[in-house]
Amino acid sequence: MDVQTWTYIIVGATFLIYIAIAIWAKAGSTKEFYVAGAGVPPIINGMATAADWMSAASFISMAGLISFMGYDGSVYLMGWTGGYVLLALLLAPYLRKFGKFTVPDFVGDRYYSNVARTVAVICAIFVSFTYVAGQMRGVGVVFSRFLEVDINTGILLGMGIVFFYAVLGGMKGITYTQVAQYWVLIFAYMVPAIFLSIMIAGNPIPQFGMGGAGTDGVYLLDKLDNLHNELGFAAYTTGSKPMIDVFAITVALMVGTAGLPHVIVRFFTVPRVRDARISAGWALIFIALLYTTAPAIATFARLNLIQTVSNNSYTDMPGWFKKWEKTGLLAWMDKNNDGKIQYTGKNAGGGDPFEGKKPEFTKEKGQHGELLMSNKPTDNTNELFIDKDIMVLANPEIGNLPNWVIALVAAGGLAAALSTAAGLLLVISTSISHDLIKKQINPNISEKGELMYARIAVGVAIVVAGYFGINPPGFVAEVVAFAFGLAAASFFPVIILGIFSKRMNKEGAISGMLSGLIFTAAYIVYFKFINPDMNKPEFWWFGMSPEGIGTLGMLINVAVSFVVSRITPAPPQEIQELVDSLRYPKGAGEASAH
Amino acid sequence: MEKGKLQEYWKINLGYLIGLLIAWFVVSYGFGILLVEPLNAIKIFGFKLGFWFAQQGSIYIFVLLIFVYVGLMNSLDRKFDVREE
Repeated sequence: MDVQTWTYIIVGATFLIYIAIAIWAKAGSTKEFYVAGAGVPPIINGMATAADWMSAASFISMAGLISFMGYDGSVYLMGWTGGYVLLALLLAPYLRKFGKFTVPDFVGDRYYSNVARTVAVICAIFVSFTYVAGQMRGVGVVFSRFLEVDINTGILLGMGIVFFYAVLGGMKGITYTQVAQYWVLIFAYMVPAIFLSIMIAGNPIPQFGMGGAGTDGVYLLDKLDNLHNELGFAAYTTGSKPMIDVFAITVALMVGTAGLPHVIVRFFTVPRVRDARISAGWALIFIALLYTTAPAIATFARLNLIQTVSNNSYTDMPGWFKKWEKTGLLAWMDKNNDGKIQYTGKNAGGGDPFEGKKPEFTKEKGQHGELLMSNKPTDNTNELFIDKDIMVLANPEIGNLPNWVIALVAAGGLAAALSTAAGLLLVISTSISHDLIKKQINPNISEKGELMYARIAVGVAIVVAGYFGINPPGFVAEVVAFAFGLAAASFFPVIILGIFSKRMNKEGAISGMLSGLIFTAAYIVYFKFINPDMNKPEFWWFGMSPEGIGTLGMLINVAVSFVVSRITPAPPQEIQELVDSLRYPKGAGEASAH
Repeated sequence: MEKGKLQEYWKINLGYLIGLLIAWFVVSYGFGILLVEPLNAIKIFGFKLGFWFAQQGSIYIFVLLIFVYVGLMNSLDRKFDVREE
């Protein structure tokens, strides 16, 4: 059977499973809709959290990013896993004991202030929308590459599926579909990785294969360092970013992870405090499986790519090269007319192969059969354009795997994007129906009424997200720094201080949150949008890039909170008692009832 | 339960947190970033050690740290009788 047929069968089958789960897990109350009735077993919650957390970017782009960045790519690996230690130790158990539905709930109650609640709602909605637009785009991209349907049709299809199970089942439906999605995505990720590892390193475990040697007995990482050196790229295992920036980005990503509302809210869904602790552990195990495989894929794919293309004739390129050339993820411009592909980095007179961000094909073919472009050539020696996404997407073809594996990768990419999108949409919907309508505008609303608003809010959020997916604002890639930076500079300190400092009051929290938020947003906007030419290490404060500035924003937040809280009155007695009760699973006042 | 005992529970918990967070910092920021160059001089199979901590080892230890904390807190909960049924 051909790839197309396989893709329709496998993607169709996974969609049917998601829909069946949605019908089975229909939500009947707000508690079921917001937190799945707080009855999810910890291992199931861990799996759902893993699917929720691993987005289209983790699945499709991360290994490619690391492949091109080498050691510098470690910021994503450590940053996006280390946050779970913070969640398990500093946040999840206490928030579970608090026992309500949302992050703004906690901020509003702990700081006895609707202003604080509103600031939290705005942050939650902004962070979530930023993220969800990217997921919808991811859905469209997978559909268009694998099923050759139009990107917009793909997005509409994805919207329809998410609409069905999120509106019907709320958190309950989302949780159980995420479990199914986890299996689809991890299977789709591991199968090509294992085959690639056997092919290149002769070891079925990619995590070991990465440190192994090829058939010639030379260690893969040494070989890669040598090739990089020869071709003028920065050494693979040492990287080129300044240490302070690697440090700052890792902090911002870790703390941002622990402050993202769609991740935190998952820990409200388990029955007990001790379940919250262990389900963070399960989540990290499930995540670590993919995150320790990604750097192995990065190594294999990089090595394979360089050895296949460098100084070889275009006419000798394997089938996958030409297939992905058609999609614009690869392009070759024969600048010196020798018919061979020169792939070189900055240290050997290389650089961008041509002007512009992506190839603009003219529909004509060159003398070797390559697709010609209208882009202006640059005057360096590099002739090859590679989109980083290709590292994961082309793996099955590079490894000569059967067609059903290629179809599986498509289903895996869709599972990763849909599961994350659903989790984010739920945060947006609860922020509106619970934190705004129920808590502020109309406290007397009936349970049924609130549930109806929650469903409408999910529906509207999906339509808005779909709109941004179809008409992506040019700055989607840029705003990801925003989501993490803002979560790091706003939510994380406010929650931690609320648990670990009884003296922290509303004046401190609000001024801290606002100063962290405004500082971080201003820094990112300045370097990304107002003055992008100055976005270079010599102009950054303390050498921190916009990706890492959330670290400084967080420190500012903490400092301001402390100073302001010490010169304003202590929080009322009942709040201090609330903090006490958060610190013990049971004993000092029961967890507030739902 | 009396207040003094609960304060003791909280103090022990904070002790665990500090110890585990030091380990968390050392394996990632220490071995993976600040000390990466000296550690890279050591090689285990095909991995430079600092690079291995940054791309593999820190993640394994993160998982371990969470489960150690879970174990410590479960027995502490029992000892102080604050375990939920």
